[in-house]
Amino acid sequence: MADEHNMRRVTAIRNGTVIDHIPSGQSLKVLELLNIARDTSVPVSLVMNVPSKKMGSKDIVKVEDRELTQTELDRLALVAPDSSIAIIRAYTVAEKLEVNLGKEVRNVVQCTFSNCITQNLREPLPHRLRVTNTDPLTLRCHYCQRPQDLDELIHNLL
Amino acid sequence: MKGLITMDDLTNEDILSILDDASRLLPVARGETYLPLLEGKILGNLFFEPSTRTRMSFETAMKRLGGDVVNLGDVKTSSVVKGETLFDTIQMVDGYTDIIAMRHPRQGAARYAQDAARVPILNGGDGAGHHPTQTMLDLFTILQSHDTLEGLSVILAGDLRYGRTVHSLSHALVRFGCKLILASPELLRMPTEIIEDLREHGADVTETEDLLGNINDADVVYMTRIQKERFADEDEYIKVAGAYKLHARDVANVKAEMIIMHPLPRVDEIHPSVDSTRHARYFEQAFNGVVARMALLCRLLNIEVPAEIHGGEA
Repeated sequence: MADEHNMRRVTAIRNGTVIDHIPSGQSLKVLELLNIARDTSVPVSLVMNVPSKKMGSKDIVKVEDRELTQTELDRLALVAPDSSIAIIRAYTVAEKLEVNLGKEVRNVVQCTFSNCITQNLREPLPHRLRVTNTDPLTLRCHYCQRPQDLDELIHNLL
Repeated sequence: MKGLITMDDLTNEDILSILDDASRLLPVARGETYLPLLEGKILGNLFFEPSTRTRMSFETAMKRLGGDVVNLGDVKTSSVVKGETLFDTIQMVDGYTDIIAMRHPRQGAARYAQDAARVPILNGGDGAGHHPTQTMLDLFTILQSHDTLEGLSVILAGDLRYGRTVHSLSHALVRFGCKLILASPELLRMPTEIIEDLREHGADVTETEDLLGNINDADVVYMTRIQKERFADEDEYIKVAGAYKLHARDVANVKAEMIIMHPLPRVDEIHPSVDSTRHARYFEQAFNGVVARMALLCRLLNIEVPAEIHGGEA
Protein backbone atom coordinates (compact mmCIF):
# COMPACT_ATOMS: atom_id res chain seq x y z
CA MET A 1 0.00 0.00 0.00
CA ALA A 2 2.78 2.36 0.96
CA ASP A 3 4.39 1.89 -2.46
CA GLU A 4 1.15 2.51 -4.32
CA HIS A 5 0.57 5.64 -2.29
CA ASN A 6 4.08 6.84 -3.05
CA MET A 7 3.63 6.33 -6.74
CA ARG A 8 0.53 8.50 -6.62
CA ARG A 9 2.40 11.43 -5.06
CA VAL A 10 3.19 12.34 -8.63
CA THR A 11 0.96 11.51 -11.54
CA ALA A 12 1.50 8.36 -13.54
CA ILE A 13 3.52 8.98 -16.66
CA ARG A 14 2.39 8.01 -20.12
CA ASN A 15 5.78 7.21 -21.63
CA GLY A 16 9.23 7.28 -20.08
CA THR A 17 11.33 5.71 -17.30
CA VAL A 18 10.62 5.20 -13.60
CA ILE A 19 13.56 4.61 -11.29
CA ASP A 20 12.34 3.22 -7.98
CA HIS A 21 14.06 2.08 -4.77
CA ILE A 22 16.75 4.73 -4.86
CA PRO A 23 18.37 5.01 -1.41
CA SER A 24 16.87 7.95 0.44
CA GLY A 25 18.48 11.25 -0.45
CA GLN A 26 20.39 9.89 -3.46
CA SER A 27 17.95 10.97 -6.18
CA LEU A 28 19.76 14.24 -6.91
CA LYS A 29 22.93 12.26 -7.47
CA VAL A 30 20.96 9.93 -9.75
CA LEU A 31 19.88 12.91 -11.85
CA GLU A 32 23.45 14.12 -11.97
CA LEU A 33 24.73 10.69 -12.99
CA LEU A 34 22.21 10.53 -15.81
CA ASN A 35 23.02 14.08 -16.95
CA ILE A 36 19.36 14.90 -16.43
CA ALA A 37 20.05 18.09 -14.51
CA ARG A 38 21.71 19.50 -17.59
CA ASP A 39 19.16 18.13 -20.03
CA THR A 40 15.82 19.36 -18.76
CA SER A 41 13.81 19.52 -21.95
CA VAL A 42 11.69 16.58 -20.70
CA PRO A 43 9.51 16.68 -17.55
CA VAL A 44 11.18 15.05 -14.55
CA SER A 45 9.41 14.19 -11.26
CA LEU A 46 11.33 13.51 -8.12
CA VAL A 47 10.06 12.07 -4.84
CA MET A 48 12.35 12.04 -1.83
CA ASN A 49 12.29 10.28 1.56
CA VAL A 50 9.02 8.42 1.15
CA PRO A 51 8.29 5.28 3.23
CA SER A 52 9.32 1.95 1.76
CA LYS A 53 8.64 -1.53 3.09
CA LYS A 54 11.84 -2.84 1.61
CA MET A 55 14.17 0.03 2.46
CA GLY A 56 12.57 2.02 5.28
CA SER A 57 12.61 5.11 3.11
CA LYS A 58 13.50 5.74 -0.50
CA ASP A 59 13.53 8.15 -3.42
CA ILE A 60 11.80 7.78 -6.80
CA VAL A 61 12.58 9.51 -10.10
CA LYS A 62 10.27 9.62 -13.14
CA VAL A 63 11.59 10.83 -16.46
CA GLU A 64 8.93 11.44 -19.09
CA ASP A 65 9.23 10.79 -22.81
CA ARG A 66 12.69 9.37 -22.49
CA GLU A 67 13.67 5.70 -22.33
CA LEU A 68 16.99 5.46 -20.59
CA THR A 69 19.40 2.98 -22.12
CA GLN A 70 20.99 0.11 -20.22
CA THR A 71 24.35 1.91 -20.41
CA GLU A 72 22.85 5.04 -18.86
CA LEU A 73 21.17 3.00 -16.16
CA ASP A 74 24.34 1.11 -15.36
CA ARG A 75 25.88 4.37 -14.20
CA LEU A 76 23.33 4.27 -11.38
CA ALA A 77 25.19 1.41 -9.77
CA LEU A 78 27.58 3.98 -8.30
CA VAL A 79 24.85 5.38 -5.98
CA ALA A 80 21.78 3.15 -6.29
CA PRO A 81 22.87 -0.40 -7.16
CA ASP A 82 19.58 -1.94 -5.98
CA SER A 83 17.21 0.44 -7.73
CA SER A 84 14.49 -1.01 -9.97
CA ILE A 85 13.76 0.50 -13.36
CA ALA A 86 10.61 0.35 -15.41
CA ILE A 87 10.20 1.56 -18.98
CA ILE A 88 6.65 2.89 -19.35
CA ARG A 89 4.78 2.88 -22.64
CA ALA A 90 1.10 3.97 -22.80
CA TYR A 91 0.83 4.03 -19.00
CA THR A 92 1.90 0.41 -18.62
CA VAL A 93 5.19 -1.20 -17.69
CA ALA A 94 6.64 -2.34 -21.00
CA GLU A 95 10.04 -3.46 -19.70
CA LYS A 96 11.78 -3.97 -16.37
CA LEU A 97 15.50 -3.35 -16.30
CA GLU A 98 18.21 -4.03 -13.73
CA VAL A 99 21.22 -2.01 -12.87
CA ASN A 100 24.30 -3.90 -13.90
CA LEU A 101 27.70 -2.57 -13.09
CA GLY A 102 29.80 -5.04 -15.05
CA LYS A 103 33.52 -5.37 -14.48
CA GLU A 104 34.51 -1.82 -15.34
CA VAL A 105 33.11 1.72 -15.27
CA ARG A 106 34.36 3.41 -18.40
CA ASN A 107 34.32 7.15 -19.09
CA VAL A 108 31.72 7.87 -16.40
CA VAL A 109 33.88 9.30 -13.62
CA GLN A 110 37.43 10.45 -13.20
CA CYS A 111 39.80 8.79 -10.70
CA THR A 112 39.86 10.68 -7.40
CA PHE A 113 43.62 10.37 -6.80
CA SER A 114 45.24 13.77 -7.32
CA ASN A 115 48.46 12.34 -8.79
CA CYS A 116 46.88 9.87 -11.21
CA ILE A 117 47.93 10.19 -14.87
CA THR A 118 44.25 10.70 -15.80
CA GLN A 119 44.19 14.04 -13.93
CA ASN A 120 45.41 15.58 -17.18
CA LEU A 121 42.07 15.77 -18.97
CA ARG A 122 43.82 16.27 -22.29
CA GLU A 123 45.03 12.67 -22.15
CA PRO A 124 42.76 10.89 -24.64
CA LEU A 125 42.52 7.31 -23.34
CA PRO A 126 39.27 6.38 -21.52
CA HIS A 127 38.84 6.83 -17.77
CA ARG A 128 38.58 3.30 -16.42
CA LEU A 129 37.62 2.14 -12.95
CA ARG A 130 37.71 -1.58 -12.22
CA VAL A 131 34.98 -3.07 -10.05
CA THR A 132 36.85 -5.08 -7.42
CA ASN A 133 33.83 -5.85 -5.23
CA THR A 134 30.10 -5.28 -5.61
CA ASP A 135 28.87 -5.52 -2.01
CA PRO A 136 30.07 -3.19 -0.69
CA LEU A 137 30.93 -1.50 -3.95
CA THR A 138 34.67 -0.96 -4.33
CA LEU A 139 36.37 0.48 -7.38
CA ARG A 140 39.99 0.90 -8.33
CA CYS A 141 41.52 3.01 -11.05
CA HIS A 142 42.77 0.84 -13.92
CA TYR A 143 45.85 3.05 -14.26
CA CYS A 144 47.03 4.09 -10.78
CA GLN A 145 45.23 1.22 -8.98
CA ARG A 146 44.12 3.50 -6.14
CA PRO A 147 40.88 2.52 -4.38
CA GLN A 148 38.17 5.14 -4.91
CA ASP A 149 36.19 6.98 -2.26
CA LEU A 150 32.60 6.71 -3.52
CA ASP A 151 31.42 9.95 -1.89
CA GLU A 152 34.26 11.81 -3.52
CA LEU A 153 33.83 9.98 -6.80
CA ILE A 154 30.33 11.31 -7.38
CA HIS A 155 31.83 14.80 -7.70
CA ASN A 156 34.13 13.57 -10.45
CA LEU A 157 31.50 12.82 -13.08
CA LEU A 158 32.68 13.36 -16.60
CA MET B 1 53.06 -10.83 -21.22
CA LYS B 2 53.38 -7.57 -23.12
CA GLY B 3 55.17 -5.15 -20.80
CA LEU B 4 56.08 -5.10 -17.13
CA ILE B 5 53.99 -2.52 -15.27
CA THR B 6 53.47 -4.20 -11.90
CA MET B 7 54.66 -7.51 -10.49
CA ASP B 8 51.18 -8.88 -11.23
CA ASP B 9 52.28 -9.06 -14.87
CA LEU B 10 54.61 -11.94 -13.91
CA THR B 11 53.77 -15.34 -12.47
CA ASN B 12 56.11 -16.86 -9.89
CA GLU B 13 57.33 -19.21 -12.63
CA ASP B 14 58.06 -16.21 -14.90
CA ILE B 15 60.00 -14.53 -12.10
CA LEU B 16 62.16 -17.59 -11.40
CA SER B 17 62.76 -18.25 -15.06
CA ILE B 18 63.80 -14.64 -15.75
CA LEU B 19 66.11 -14.69 -12.71
CA ASP B 20 67.59 -17.92 -14.03
CA ASP B 21 68.28 -16.18 -17.36
CA ALA B 22 69.84 -13.32 -15.38
CA SER B 23 72.25 -15.62 -13.58
CA ARG B 24 73.48 -17.02 -16.93
CA LEU B 25 73.93 -13.48 -18.25
CA LEU B 26 76.29 -12.46 -15.40
CA PRO B 27 79.51 -12.76 -17.45
CA VAL B 28 77.91 -10.66 -20.20
CA ALA B 29 76.90 -8.01 -17.65
CA ARG B 30 80.45 -7.96 -16.31
CA GLY B 31 81.83 -7.47 -19.80
CA GLU B 32 83.71 -10.81 -19.75
CA THR B 33 81.75 -12.14 -22.71
CA TYR B 34 80.12 -10.27 -25.58
CA LEU B 35 76.73 -11.67 -26.53
CA PRO B 36 74.85 -9.45 -29.02
CA LEU B 37 71.43 -11.01 -28.45
CA LEU B 38 69.69 -7.65 -28.96
CA GLU B 39 71.62 -6.47 -32.00
CA GLY B 40 69.41 -4.29 -34.18
CA LYS B 41 66.99 -3.56 -31.33
CA ILE B 42 66.44 -0.08 -29.95
CA LEU B 43 65.41 0.80 -26.39
CA GLY B 44 63.63 4.13 -25.81
CA ASN B 45 64.60 5.56 -22.43
CA LEU B 46 61.75 7.85 -21.35
CA PHE B 47 62.68 9.32 -17.99
CA PHE B 48 60.31 12.14 -17.13
CA GLU B 49 61.89 12.22 -13.66
CA PRO B 50 65.53 12.18 -12.59
CA SER B 51 67.13 8.76 -12.44
CA THR B 52 70.72 7.66 -12.22
CA ARG B 53 70.84 3.93 -11.57
CA THR B 54 67.70 2.85 -13.36
CA ARG B 55 68.38 4.81 -16.53
CA MET B 56 72.09 3.95 -16.66
CA SER B 57 71.53 0.27 -15.93
CA PHE B 58 68.91 -0.01 -18.68
CA GLU B 59 71.35 1.65 -21.06
CA THR B 60 74.21 -0.60 -19.97
CA ALA B 61 72.02 -3.70 -20.21
CA MET B 62 70.98 -2.84 -23.76
CA LYS B 63 74.51 -2.04 -24.90
CA ARG B 64 76.07 -5.14 -23.30
CA LEU B 65 73.62 -7.16 -25.41
CA GLY B 66 74.53 -5.33 -28.62
CA GLY B 67 71.38 -3.18 -28.75
CA ASP B 68 71.09 0.57 -28.97
CA VAL B 69 69.39 3.24 -26.89
CA VAL B 70 67.64 6.53 -27.64
CA ASN B 71 66.94 8.93 -24.80
CA LEU B 72 64.15 11.40 -24.20
CA GLY B 73 66.82 13.71 -22.81
CA ASP B 74 66.05 16.49 -20.40
CA VAL B 75 62.31 16.89 -19.93
CA LYS B 76 62.79 20.65 -19.63
CA THR B 77 63.91 20.87 -23.24
CA SER B 78 61.61 18.21 -24.72
CA SER B 79 58.15 18.56 -26.23
CA VAL B 80 56.71 17.67 -22.82
CA VAL B 81 57.16 21.27 -21.63
CA LYS B 82 55.21 22.42 -24.67
CA GLY B 83 52.25 20.52 -23.24
CA GLU B 84 52.45 17.30 -25.22
CA THR B 85 50.31 14.55 -23.71
CA LEU B 86 51.89 11.31 -22.60
CA PHE B 87 49.74 9.60 -25.23
CA ASP B 88 51.33 11.62 -28.04
CA THR B 89 54.86 11.21 -26.69
CA ILE B 90 54.32 7.46 -26.56
CA GLN B 91 52.95 7.37 -30.12
CA MET B 92 56.15 8.99 -31.33
CA VAL B 93 58.62 6.87 -29.36
CA ASP B 94 56.61 3.75 -30.13
CA GLY B 95 57.40 4.32 -33.78
CA TYR B 96 61.12 4.83 -33.15
CA THR B 97 61.86 1.92 -30.84
CA ASP B 98 61.33 -1.76 -30.09
CA ILE B 99 60.83 -1.41 -26.32
CA ILE B 100 60.44 1.48 -23.88
CA ALA B 101 61.76 1.95 -20.33
CA MET B 102 59.88 4.70 -18.58
CA ARG B 103 59.78 6.68 -15.35
CA HIS B 104 57.07 9.26 -14.75
CA PRO B 105 56.05 11.40 -11.76
CA ARG B 106 52.36 10.50 -12.12
CA GLN B 107 51.02 7.24 -10.74
CA GLY B 108 49.47 4.98 -13.36
CA ALA B 109 51.53 6.54 -16.17
CA ALA B 110 53.18 3.24 -17.07
CA ARG B 111 49.87 1.37 -17.42
CA TYR B 112 48.55 4.30 -19.44
CA ALA B 113 51.60 4.20 -21.70
CA GLN B 114 51.22 0.44 -22.19
CA ASP B 115 47.60 0.94 -23.26
CA ALA B 116 48.78 3.55 -25.76
CA ALA B 117 51.78 1.63 -27.13
CA ARG B 118 52.35 -1.32 -29.43
CA VAL B 119 55.84 -2.03 -28.05
CA PRO B 120 56.40 -3.38 -24.52
CA ILE B 121 56.76 -0.86 -21.67
CA LEU B 122 59.07 -1.49 -18.72
CA ASN B 123 57.90 0.53 -15.74
CA GLY B 124 60.91 2.20 -14.14
CA GLY B 125 58.77 3.91 -11.51
CA ASP B 126 55.41 5.72 -11.67
CA GLY B 127 54.87 8.26 -8.88
CA ALA B 128 54.56 6.43 -5.59
CA GLY B 129 53.22 3.42 -7.50
CA HIS B 130 55.39 0.55 -8.68
CA HIS B 131 58.97 -0.18 -9.65
CA PRO B 132 58.95 -3.80 -10.81
CA THR B 133 62.35 -3.86 -12.54
CA GLN B 134 63.88 -2.82 -9.21
CA THR B 135 61.96 -5.67 -7.60
CA MET B 136 63.44 -8.12 -10.09
CA LEU B 137 66.98 -7.04 -9.22
CA ASP B 138 66.10 -7.13 -5.52
CA LEU B 139 64.77 -10.67 -5.86
CA PHE B 140 67.87 -11.66 -7.83
CA THR B 141 70.06 -10.33 -5.01
CA ILE B 142 68.06 -12.24 -2.38
CA LEU B 143 68.17 -15.42 -4.47
CA GLN B 144 71.96 -15.12 -4.90
CA SER B 145 72.43 -15.02 -1.12
CA HIS B 146 69.76 -17.40 0.12
CA ASP B 147 69.32 -19.77 -2.86
CA THR B 148 65.57 -19.42 -2.41
CA LEU B 149 62.85 -16.81 -2.30
CA GLU B 150 60.53 -19.03 -0.28
CA GLY B 151 59.56 -18.43 3.32
CA LEU B 152 62.18 -15.84 4.25
CA SER B 153 61.75 -13.32 7.06
CA VAL B 154 62.17 -9.86 5.54
CA ILE B 155 62.22 -6.46 7.24
CA LEU B 156 61.31 -3.52 5.04
CA ALA B 157 62.38 -0.36 6.85
CA GLY B 158 62.19 3.40 6.49
CA ASP B 159 59.82 5.25 4.18
CA LEU B 160 57.23 2.64 3.28
CA ARG B 161 54.61 5.19 2.30
CA TYR B 162 56.27 6.92 -0.62
CA GLY B 163 58.93 4.32 -1.41
CA ARG B 164 57.69 2.62 -4.56
CA THR B 165 60.48 0.02 -4.46
CA VAL B 166 59.04 -1.49 -1.27
CA HIS B 167 55.51 -1.44 -2.71
CA SER B 168 56.46 -3.71 -5.61
CA LEU B 169 58.86 -5.80 -3.54
CA SER B 170 56.35 -6.52 -0.78
CA HIS B 171 53.82 -7.85 -3.31
CA ALA B 172 56.41 -10.18 -4.80
CA LEU B 173 57.80 -11.45 -1.49
CA VAL B 174 54.35 -12.31 -0.20
CA ARG B 175 53.72 -14.44 -3.26
CA PHE B 176 56.74 -16.53 -2.27
CA GLY B 177 55.42 -16.97 1.26
CA CYS B 178 57.85 -14.56 2.91
CA LYS B 179 57.07 -13.13 6.34
CA LEU B 180 57.15 -9.32 6.25
CA ILE B 181 58.02 -6.96 9.08
CA LEU B 182 57.24 -3.41 8.06
CA ALA B 183 59.30 -1.06 10.23
CA SER B 184 58.55 2.61 9.70
CA PRO B 185 57.66 5.82 11.52
CA GLU B 186 53.90 6.28 11.97
CA LEU B 187 53.86 9.02 9.33
CA LEU B 188 55.51 6.83 6.70
CA ARG B 189 53.60 3.54 7.12
CA MET B 190 52.84 1.34 4.15
CA PRO B 191 49.60 2.55 2.45
CA THR B 192 46.51 0.79 3.81
CA GLU B 193 45.43 -0.51 0.41
CA ILE B 194 48.77 -2.29 -0.03
CA ILE B 195 48.55 -3.87 3.42
CA GLU B 196 45.03 -5.04 2.53
CA ASP B 197 46.27 -6.50 -0.74
CA LEU B 198 49.08 -8.31 1.03
CA ARG B 199 46.75 -9.76 3.66
CA GLU B 200 44.31 -10.83 0.95
CA HIS B 201 47.16 -12.96 -0.40
CA GLY B 202 47.33 -14.57 3.05
CA ALA B 203 50.50 -12.72 4.00
CA ASP B 204 52.08 -12.75 7.44
CA VAL B 205 52.60 -8.99 7.85
CA THR B 206 53.61 -7.15 11.02
CA GLU B 207 53.72 -3.36 11.25
CA THR B 208 56.06 -1.86 13.82
CA GLU B 209 58.10 1.24 14.57
CA ASP B 210 60.91 -0.90 15.99
CA LEU B 211 63.60 -1.86 13.48
CA LEU B 212 66.45 -2.95 15.75
CA GLY B 213 64.23 -5.06 18.03
CA ASN B 214 63.37 -7.34 15.10
CA ILE B 215 66.68 -7.50 13.32
CA ASN B 216 68.17 -10.64 14.90
CA ASP B 217 65.55 -12.96 13.41
CA ALA B 218 65.60 -11.52 9.90
CA ASP B 219 67.00 -13.09 6.72
CA VAL B 220 66.84 -9.81 4.79
CA VAL B 221 66.82 -6.20 6.00
CA TYR B 222 65.77 -3.83 3.23
CA MET B 223 66.53 -0.22 4.14
CA THR B 224 65.08 2.83 2.41
CA ARG B 225 65.81 6.53 2.70
CA ILE B 226 63.63 8.74 4.85
CA GLN B 227 63.35 12.11 3.15
CA LYS B 228 63.55 15.24 5.25
CA GLU B 229 60.88 17.01 3.19
CA ARG B 230 58.24 14.51 4.32
CA PHE B 231 58.29 16.08 7.81
CA ALA B 232 56.78 19.36 8.99
CA ASP B 233 59.94 20.39 10.84
CA GLU B 234 63.56 19.29 11.00
CA ASP B 235 63.52 18.40 14.71
CA GLU B 236 60.78 15.86 14.10
CA TYR B 237 62.77 14.43 11.19
CA ILE B 238 65.94 14.08 13.24
CA LYS B 239 64.06 12.41 16.08
CA VAL B 240 62.28 9.92 13.83
CA ALA B 241 64.95 9.17 11.25
CA GLY B 242 67.49 8.29 13.98
CA ALA B 243 65.57 5.09 14.73
CA TYR B 244 66.05 3.87 11.14
CA LYS B 245 69.83 4.02 10.90
CA LEU B 246 72.01 0.96 10.87
CA HIS B 247 75.51 0.83 12.34
CA ALA B 248 77.88 -2.16 12.31
CA ARG B 249 77.30 -2.63 16.05
CA ASP B 250 73.59 -3.18 15.38
CA VAL B 251 74.29 -6.30 13.35
CA ALA B 252 76.59 -8.01 15.86
CA ASN B 253 74.02 -10.67 16.81
CA VAL B 254 72.11 -11.14 13.56
CA LYS B 255 71.87 -14.41 11.59
CA ALA B 256 75.12 -15.20 9.78
CA GLU B 257 73.44 -15.23 6.36
CA MET B 258 71.33 -12.12 6.91
CA ILE B 259 71.76 -9.56 4.12
CA ILE B 260 71.28 -5.79 4.18
CA MET B 261 69.90 -4.21 1.03
CA HIS B 262 69.15 -0.64 -0.06
CA PRO B 263 67.88 0.65 -3.43
CA LEU B 264 70.37 3.59 -3.13
CA PRO B 265 71.12 6.44 -2.97
CA ARG B 266 71.63 6.22 0.77
CA VAL B 267 72.15 9.30 2.89
CA ASP B 268 72.93 8.22 6.42
CA GLU B 269 70.52 5.36 7.05
CA ILE B 270 73.36 2.85 6.63
CA HIS B 271 76.59 3.87 8.34
CA PRO B 272 79.76 3.20 6.28
CA SER B 273 80.88 0.82 9.07
CA VAL B 274 78.27 -1.65 7.75
CA ASP B 275 79.88 -1.71 4.28
CA SER B 276 82.68 -4.02 5.39
CA THR B 277 80.43 -6.49 7.22
CA ARG B 278 79.47 -9.80 5.57
CA HIS B 279 75.87 -8.61 5.52
CA ALA B 280 76.17 -5.63 3.17
CA ARG B 281 74.73 -6.34 -0.28
CA TYR B 282 73.67 -2.92 -1.61
CA PHE B 283 76.52 -2.45 -4.06
CA GLU B 284 76.07 -5.93 -5.56
CA GLN B 285 72.36 -5.11 -5.63
CA ALA B 286 73.05 -1.99 -7.72
CA PHE B 287 75.20 -4.03 -10.11
CA ASN B 288 72.46 -6.64 -10.37
CA GLY B 289 70.29 -3.92 -11.91
CA VAL B 290 72.14 -4.49 -15.15
CA VAL B 291 71.81 -8.24 -15.27
CA ALA B 292 68.16 -8.29 -14.15
CA ARG B 293 67.29 -5.71 -16.80
CA MET B 294 69.21 -7.64 -19.45
CA ALA B 295 67.08 -10.70 -18.70
CA LEU B 296 63.88 -8.62 -18.75
CA LEU B 297 64.76 -6.94 -22.06
CA CYS B 298 65.38 -10.36 -23.64
CA ARG B 299 62.13 -11.79 -22.24
CA LEU B 300 59.93 -8.89 -23.37
CA LEU B 301 61.55 -8.83 -26.81
CA ASN B 302 61.02 -12.61 -27.10
CA ILE B 303 64.73 -13.29 -27.41
CA GLU B 304 65.76 -16.55 -25.83
CA VAL B 305 68.78 -16.47 -23.54
CA PRO B 306 71.02 -19.47 -24.44
CA ALA B 307 71.04 -22.32 -21.92
CA GLU B 308 74.83 -22.13 -21.78
CA ILE B 309 76.86 -19.00 -22.17
CA HIS B 310 80.58 -19.31 -22.71
CA GLY B 311 82.36 -18.24 -19.54
CA GLY B 312 79.04 -18.26 -17.70
CA GLU B 313 78.25 -19.64 -14.30
CA ALA B 314 75.09 -21.31 -13.16
